[in-house]
Amino acid sequence: MKKFLFSRSNIKKQFFISVSLVVATSLIGFTIQGFVGYRGVAFMLLVTVSILAMFLDIVPVLAASFLSALVWDFFFIPPRFTLTVGMAEDRILLLMYFVIAMINAALTNKIRMIEKAIKERDEKEKSVRFYNTLLNSLSHELRTPITTILGSTDNLQARSGKLSDADKEELINEISVASIRLNQQVENLLNMSRLESGVFRVKKDWCDINELVYKTLQRLEPKLQKYRLAVEIPDQLPLFKLDFGLMEQIIYNLIMNVTQHTPEDTLITIQADCVRDKLVLTLADNGTGFPQNEIDNVFEKFYRLKGSPTGGTGLGLSIVKGFVEAHHGTVRLENLPVRGSKFTIEIPTEKTYVTKLKNE
Amino acid sequence: MNKPSILVIDDESQIRKLLAITLQSNNYSVIEAATGKEGIMSVSTHPPDLVLLDLGLPDENGHNILRHLREWFTNPIMIISVQTNEEDIVKALDNGANDYLIKPFRTGELLARIRSALRKAGTEPNNSVLKFQDISIDFANRIVKKDGSPIKLTATEYSLLSLLAHNDGKVLTHRYLLQQVWGVAHQNESQYLRVFVAQLRKKIESDPNRPSHIITESGIGYRFIGNPSTL
Repeated sequence: MKKFLFSRSNIKKQFFISVSLVVATSLIGFTIQGFVGYRGVAFMLLVTVSILAMFLDIVPVLAASFLSALVWDFFFIPPRFTLTVGMAEDRILLLMYFVIAMINAALTNKIRMIEKAIKERDEKEKSVRFYNTLLNSLSHELRTPITTILGSTDNLQARSGKLSDADKEELINEISVASIRLNQQVENLLNMSRLESGVFRVKKDWCDINELVYKTLQRLEPKLQKYRLAVEIPDQLPLFKLDFGLMEQIIYNLIMNVTQHTPEDTLITIQADCVRDKLVLTLADNGTGFPQNEIDNVFEKFYRLKGSPTGGTGLGLSIVKGFVEAHHGTVRLENLPVRGSKFTIEIPTEKTYVTKLKNE
Repeated sequence: MNKPSILVIDDESQIRKLLAITLQSNNYSVIEAATGKEGIMSVSTHPPDLVLLDLGLPDENGHNILRHLREWFTNPIMIISVQTNEEDIVKALDNGANDYLIKPFRTGELLARIRSALRKAGTEPNNSVLKFQDISIDFANRIVKKDGSPIKLTATEYSLLSLLAHNDGKVLTHRYLLQQVWGVAHQNESQYLRVFVAQLRKKIESDPNRPSHIITESGIGYRFIGNPSTL
């Protein structure tokens, strides 16, 4: 589908382009009218207006048609350099020229309206589909742990006498696991709605990246026990102005994602560096990598890889993207040449080296 | 022996019941209040050893209740909140709350925080030496030892550490730490704090990357834990 090259706010620019193209065509016409004749020049101008109609809004195109008709009349139709038209057939030609240019502009505009309507309908369908996915995903991810909790407590309440101690312990454990899972889902949903609410603010303060990364790793310790970790942060890395809480969530979600999609004993490598005025943070693993055809979709809300294990809502990575973009940064995912994949986050932000305080 | 008394101010009866059962089974006596008004009444008639205050009460803003209580009540007040909003928590800490817990919290964490707050309330303020598991601070002679051997600290590192250690178990906000160590003029220059906390960790922590004494409270401040293994 054709894109709109200019938005409404660019209307001045559009007028400028219309006028310049008409003037340029007229100048060319002026120099070669000896070969093509003044009626040939009319065709050249008509082509210019048609091209303009393909890209610009209707008003600048109408202006171009009007201007070009005027120019043709004034500079080319004999008697030249007057607005009078000598021959009767030229009068008809000028009128026809004007009508064709108008029809051109109007038709192109109409086509564009239709395109827009189709696009809107597509988007509506997409949002309905999106909503369905959301409801499916949510009802599954929220109801599964709730069912576990209710079922376990029912058992404990009603058949307490008949259950062995081991069974009781098992049920209590199920309740605990389900609650943690439920809490994780709610946390993700709250973060997502925080992002979409519009009242969301980034509170930047000086951050020690080393502290940030290890703080996050500490929170994830139980999950990471079965993985290998490599953290590479240069000693001389400056402090960066970032929202500590959001950055923590970004790293947390990235690592959670790795633990969900890679087998135990996978090596997770976290690197941080300062490249010009950007913080560059990467998180790589030597797992199985992402299916190449799905790699562009992973940051979409509620998108889940085909065949991925239960326990996620497909929100983690879209929250990462949202929080990174709230910092005016970018995040990308690529598969590594040998094996595994790598997330790269780049955030342009203030930095500072605090060195002169060493002996205070 | 007298059981320490804890007042729970929370409008959710489920939470009050859960806290009552948990705390009573851990040898605390529990008083319950469902509204801010009730809570303030209760504190004025029978001052408890510690208050657990929910910030989101229906009748009055939790911050107002906190300020009101702090006009005369000096025992620990611990905030319970469903909000992860850091500004809200910092505000409560600046208004005199001793600690905060975010719902959902785990029982172990709750009990550890209560123990630490009550211990703090009962300690001798004039002690010139603070001894923790692997660290000791001799304030009279300005000597800090780790595992028995003295470590060299700069003047700023020393004042930061002593401030933290005097508030064992308590969260201190970034602003408070900056005000106390660097002065009010520098209260927004958190880069100093970041750098000195990193330096201090290198000197007193066994693994500076996995600190057990100086704990980062994301977006809020730092918490010193003197004896990590007793938690």
